[in-house]
Amino acid sequence: MSKISLKNLSHSYLNSQVNKEDWALRNVNIDWNDGGAYALLGPSGCGKTTLLNIISGLLNPTEGQILFNDEDVTNKNPVERNIAQIFQFPVIYDTMTVFDNLAFPLKNRGISEQEIKNKVEEIAEMLELTSTLHNRASGLTADGKQKISLGRGLVRSDVNVIMFDEPLTVIDPHLKWILRSKLKELHQKINRTMIYVTHDQTEALTFADQVVVMHEAEIVQIGTPVELFEKPRHTFVGHFIGSPGMNILPCKIDNGAISINGNMIETKIDTKDKSFSKTEVGIRPEFIEFNESGLPVKILKVSNTGRYKIIDTESESGKIKVIAKSSTNIPTGSAFLNFKKDYTYVYGDNWIIE
Amino acid sequence: MNKTVNQKAWLFVIPVFVLVAFNAIIPLMTVVNYAFQETFGNNVFMWEGTRWFKQILLSDRFHAALGRQILFTLIILFIQIPLGIFIALTMPKEGIGVSVCLVLMSMPLLIPWNVVGAMWNIFALPDIGFLGHSLNALGFDYNFTQQSGDAWFTTVLMDVWHWTSLVVLLSYAGLRSIQPAYYQAAEIDGASRWSVFRHIELPKMKKVLTIAILLRFMDSFMIYTEPFVLTGGGPGNATAFLSIDLVKMALGQFDLGPAAAMSLIYFFIVLTVCWVFYNLMMKNEGQS
Repeated sequence: MSKISLKNLSHSYLNSQVNKEDWALRNVNIDWNDGGAYALLGPSGCGKTTLLNIISGLLNPTEGQILFNDEDVTNKNPVERNIAQIFQFPVIYDTMTVFDNLAFPLKNRGISEQEIKNKVEEIAEMLELTSTLHNRASGLTADGKQKISLGRGLVRSDVNVIMFDEPLTVIDPHLKWILRSKLKELHQKINRTMIYVTHDQTEALTFADQVVVMHEAEIVQIGTPVELFEKPRHTFVGHFIGSPGMNILPCKIDNGAISINGNMIETKIDTKDKSFSKTEVGIRPEFIEFNESGLPVKILKVSNTGRYKIIDTESESGKIKVIAKSSTNIPTGSAFLNFKKDYTYVYGDNWIIE
Repeated sequence: MNKTVNQKAWLFVIPVFVLVAFNAIIPLMTVVNYAFQETFGNNVFMWEGTRWFKQILLSDRFHAALGRQILFTLIILFIQIPLGIFIALTMPKEGIGVSVCLVLMSMPLLIPWNVVGAMWNIFALPDIGFLGHSLNALGFDYNFTQQSGDAWFTTVLMDVWHWTSLVVLLSYAGLRSIQPAYYQAAEIDGASRWSVFRHIELPKMKKVLTIAILLRFMDSFMIYTEPFVLTGGGPGNATAFLSIDLVKMALGQFDLGPAAAMSLIYFFIVLTVCWVFYNLMMKNEGQS
């Protein structure tokens, strides 16, 4: 049980690093509090697994430090760090029974037979594996096997952190729900730090209290699901979270006044005395309304999902998606859009301006 | 509905049938033919029933050859399989070393068998051969042409040199197909190097090892060319394995009947062992 801190962590798989692209992980600083449920969210190839393997000790970072409870563990191996990791596809020991699989991490640590038996039975009970406990592990289905992988992480009651690397990839969709709620339930029951890597925002947002969003080898935002939704700190977070994602439109800043294609946009943001090579306005489709005046657009398509309508519109600066209640009357042809002031953000070089 | 009757399709089967007939069916049937009859040439045959089979199965000479054969096969399997796995485990996993090792490993496999025999014959000659001369210089009384122990040692060493690579290449392929996550999980579980081998690598190599053992069993059980060139079966009959003994009987003594019966018994042993072994190894595969 401990707090995990990553300090100025960078990693590269290459021997020499010239460009920004040569890094798999750039300057990561983050604290994981003891007992938290975290999700590490980002598209494939953004460095999530690299970060995870560095925390577990399977990889040594090129630069930076990893601290467990303020103790430097950067050069320690996974056994010394006492962590558990569950991989993308189930890793089981084919020749062993389910019981022996679960007992394996304990046996390797020289724990007594009786204690092993108690612990394995407790975990098997928790994961509903009791009925197959003495079968050969190789005969189980994919979700059963993944439960064994998970169980091997749970049998050690003193692990500092349990890490999941996209653990539901090979699981059938209807079982995903069951396993995911199982995980959530387990977190509440055993109250241990869990880090869950995924590229699926639903998985991340339902599992975690704090979501860490990664993009191109960097952490772009850390926050609760609500924060990520309401105030994305980077245009990538806006895009990636939410369905459909945030509308990002090029804008001009002239002495603090923000305009899209000549139409003034009201925000709460003070952009005076700052200069950027690229400036954009970000607004979620949920926070746009139709009005008598405002940003002129053409209505392209209206799709009704039942609960709400998604309206595709086109302004002179690009396409804008709007979400409106099912009962809303949508104008045809051309219309005007108003952005809710509190939820309209301005981004300079992709980062939020505050 | 009327199906079109078109017997022309049979024509397309003829080439395969002719090929199989000439390289397998007819020779095998000739052997079967000889095994039950006696001939003194001029195409005159007399029916002998199972006489040759009884004679072979009861003969001390056959028992001795079979014993030597089984011993030889067991020795080389016990050396080549563990050694092959060990070399595969120590081979590099990336970089230029991989290609270098693979090429080096493939070399012995590419050399014609009689050349292997000839090479080792010269290599092991006690007076001028590098191996033979060196051993004698070191004080060993080594002469594979006269001492049966030395003949065995040389034959086994030659086979190990020639064929261990095959086991290495198959094992290496098996090892490379193991996902890195297995090793990572084992590392996190605190597994020892032995546990990793016993519980991950060995089970994952099971299929390729089955193939390796089968191939090495069949090849070594039927070995002919290399020991024929190296020792000619001698000294005496010390290295006269089954196939060498068989050829002596068939071509040396021209005992076609007993030789044919022996061939069939030989064939039957190889077939049975392979079948039993394969089924034992694959018994639990259905579940996974």
